[in-house]
Amino acid sequence: MDVLLSIVIFLPAAAAALLPLLRGDEAVKRFALAATLVNFALSLPLWAAFDPATPAMQYVAEASWIPRFDIYYRVGLDGISLPLVLLTTGLMPICVLCSWRAIDRKVTEFMISLLLMETAMIGVFAALDFVLFYIFWEAMLIPMYLIIGVWGGPNRLYAAIKFFLYTLAGSLLLLVALLALYFEGGRTFDLTKLMGQPYSPLFQQLIFLAFFLAFAIKVPMFPFHTWLPDAHVEAPTAGSVILASVLLKMGAYGFLRFCLPMTPYASQAWMPWIAALSVIAIVYGAYMALAQDDLKKLIAYSSVSHMGFVTLGIFVFNAQGIEGALLQMINHGIATGALFLCVGVLYDRTHSRLIADYGGLARTMPLFAVCLMIFVLSSLGLPGTNSFVGEFLVLVGAFRVSPFVATLAALGIILAAVYLLWMVQRVMFGVSPPSWRWPDLSWREAVTLVPLVGLVFWIGFYPDPFLSRMHSSVAALVQQVNPAAEPESNLLVRLLEPFR
Amino acid sequence: MMPELRLEELLAVAPEIIVAAGACLILLADLATPARQRPLLAYAGLAVLGIAGAATLLLLSSRLEAFSGQFILDPFASYFKLLLYGATGLTILLSIRYVQIERIHYGEYYAFLLLATCGLMVMVSSGDLLMIFLGLELAAVSLYILVGLNRHELRPIEASAKYFVLGSLSSAIFLYGMSLLFGATGSTQLRAAAVALAAGPIAANPTLLMAMIFLLAGFGFKVAIAPFHMWTPDVYEGAPTTVTAYMSVTTKAATFAVFLRVFIEVFGAARADWTPWLIALCVATMVIGNLAAIVQQNIKRMLAYSSIAHAGYALIGLIVGNELGVMSLMLYMAVYAIMNLGAFGVVILMRRAGVQGEQIQEWAGLAKSHPAAAFAMLIFMVSLTGLPPTAGFVAKFYLFMAAVDAGLAWLAVVGVLLSAVSAYYYLRVVMVIYMKEPDRPIELAWTPAAAAALLLVAVATLLVGVYPAPLVNYASAAVLQLIP
Repeated sequence: MDVLLSIVIFLPAAAAALLPLLRGDEAVKRFALAATLVNFALSLPLWAAFDPATPAMQYVAEASWIPRFDIYYRVGLDGISLPLVLLTTGLMPICVLCSWRAIDRKVTEFMISLLLMETAMIGVFAALDFVLFYIFWEAMLIPMYLIIGVWGGPNRLYAAIKFFLYTLAGSLLLLVALLALYFEGGRTFDLTKLMGQPYSPLFQQLIFLAFFLAFAIKVPMFPFHTWLPDAHVEAPTAGSVILASVLLKMGAYGFLRFCLPMTPYASQAWMPWIAALSVIAIVYGAYMALAQDDLKKLIAYSSVSHMGFVTLGIFVFNAQGIEGALLQMINHGIATGALFLCVGVLYDRTHSRLIADYGGLARTMPLFAVCLMIFVLSSLGLPGTNSFVGEFLVLVGAFRVSPFVATLAALGIILAAVYLLWMVQRVMFGVSPPSWRWPDLSWREAVTLVPLVGLVFWIGFYPDPFLSRMHSSVAALVQQVNPAAEPESNLLVRLLEPFR
Repeated sequence: MMPELRLEELLAVAPEIIVAAGACLILLADLATPARQRPLLAYAGLAVLGIAGAATLLLLSSRLEAFSGQFILDPFASYFKLLLYGATGLTILLSIRYVQIERIHYGEYYAFLLLATCGLMVMVSSGDLLMIFLGLELAAVSLYILVGLNRHELRPIEASAKYFVLGSLSSAIFLYGMSLLFGATGSTQLRAAAVALAAGPIAANPTLLMAMIFLLAGFGFKVAIAPFHMWTPDVYEGAPTTVTAYMSVTTKAATFAVFLRVFIEVFGAARADWTPWLIALCVATMVIGNLAAIVQQNIKRMLAYSSIAHAGYALIGLIVGNELGVMSLMLYMAVYAIMNLGAFGVVILMRRAGVQGEQIQEWAGLAKSHPAAAFAMLIFMVSLTGLPPTAGFVAKFYLFMAAVDAGLAWLAVVGVLLSAVSAYYYLRVVMVIYMKEPDRPIELAWTPAAAAALLLVAVATLLVGVYPAPLVNYASAAVLQLIP
């Protein structure tokens, strides 16, 4: 029985319960920061003590919860969920810090929402019981709805309800799917037992469709992405960072944890369709990003494009693709989260997100310019930065299945360079509006950005500590979903497969 | 010849006797109490419920029968009786200030609340069609009066008249169904009728088919399932809010208990005949309730349509009709009582002298001036939507589980999709409370009793949501006796 993981899950919620007792906004912020930092520190031993040799779940803790229906409180981590838990705990102190000045009303409520989000997010990655997973999955909706709707921009009400209804509609079908699996899989909600069972092809298809809807909306895949730009634009900086860095990853995590091991037949059958949607997302997202005049919208569409790489990597069913996708999830969390932080830095000064309002910032804010440039380069996949490793692995994996798809996807990297560098050019260089002389990064802002700069280069030059922890889990997963040799490689022929 | 009255039979009806006698005593005490002391009658009502509750707890696991099988006390009935005591007690706690503001006569109000509760208790314990009708009418007549008790205003009187006319019609239909059933089976006792119908399908027998349809219509009216729901929005809106809160949860729970007894015990063998009907009604109820709730501006009307929608969800448990289905329905009724009383409780607080507080727009910015009440409303709205970690999720979870288990996964899909629809109107309340600025300062009619009641239901909503095992176990234990 390992209690550390449970402490990491519930410490933020416990801290949230204490927040209303504190007097004064400053004390609330400090306490929230301390709680998230302590939680990050507590999660580090999980990373250090992780045994990369085994694909089995580690740090497993179990307690009977609703015995009559075999529902357990059961948590644990493997090489797929561990990096995501660390990503979450690591980003939360940054989210608290970037809200220090930006959130000036109802601070206590905001911090409570943030901390409850943290518990729910870690819980989603750590849950090994389907009911527990679902509860954490849904429990995120209300705090996020409040974060967007209470502290968001002018059009926040529309964005908040759109976010909520989209994600809810998808995830409610997940509820029916998990109930069906309970009865079909021998009356258990244990995820590890539900994996790799010989479900009938028709049953797999139905379950897969329910899964797909829930996770594709969360990722979001084309054409379910329309909630994302609205939510990103209206959310406060911390909300955007959480959305981009962690929430989107949950969809991809769902594909890895549920679709591939529980419905391998259906996953294989639908693979060409998902590959097609992924490539569309990569190219379409990039094209949309080109046309945006709002910084946050540009990054939101770039997220759609980048998450296309992740879903593509997952659904090529080989180790390179999946490891690349997993690493790309982390990379996207770092780079895109950082880009949203950068936009937040600008927004706090000017209260504008329009690219046209900026210019020549490199002269007045040199330190900021360096940071932004690094994250932009990481985001467009420059060798030496983290995203290069991830995207490269995904493309290698995709190439083994279909060179045609890999070529199309690579187009997305070129387009990313175009829209990102063009954005940098317009914001950083040229003539600055005469009345604007904004101070460079404050120490607090620097503290939020510099660790992410470090991570960009660490993963870029030495990804092995990350990849080595994924190897055995990913190998086991690939074995589960794709035990045979490579199937028919002509994807156009295989588009008809689900309907046979 | 009169059969001898045994002590055991008295014991079985002890809770009903206590509540009925308590109601009469309160009526008498009302005369003897000086006007200023009359609010204290509320506590007398609570005391009566406490004594009855203690009696039921003592009889919790016993199975007694009285009056040659006309009256049954089993754990199933006790479960619903405890639910009724709880709901009535919470209503009384929430009423203390409200009846003052509405200038409702104290003594009659509490006495009729208890009499209505007594009628519902008789319903859940009945083993005979006549006993069902007796309880049904005692509750219904008390409610007609309660709805129109505020005679200073037009709206309650209109609501009472509508409720009376439509309620009497439904009672007549129900009675007709009973007489047909009696004619076909030769007995008014549920058990004897069940034996007579054990042969199987009844589709070939028009008398029985008509009896079943009429009974279904009668029950459908009481629990507000479409197409028998038309009265609900008008009556819920017009009635004093405390009465709305009370009847929305207690009538529904008690009627579903009898509904279960009649349809699963008596018409159990003819299940194939009524399942398609009920499935159609269930889908229609969920669709109509949820879609109509979207456009409501008055929160009481919105909650009325929401209660229709919830009756639709609950019907899934009856359709499935096995042990899991019945258990999930019982659980749903308890959870619905908790969360709906909570939601109405906050609505009751909004009523102040001169201010109705029923338009959703009037709630703007409640979170700013009253964070505790706003947070409580958030919990109840989330729970009514059916999201974790609240009781509403647990209740829906078991209903949909029962549906999937019975091979009705498509019905569960319809249910969850309509839950997503319901999120829109429940969250609109949250949105107005948390995300709109107040037009003018909001004052709430807090009393210590109301605060205690709200705290209790809010904590219960979260607690059942996080740790439902005790309630699930209790409901599972109480259900077994119903189905052999």
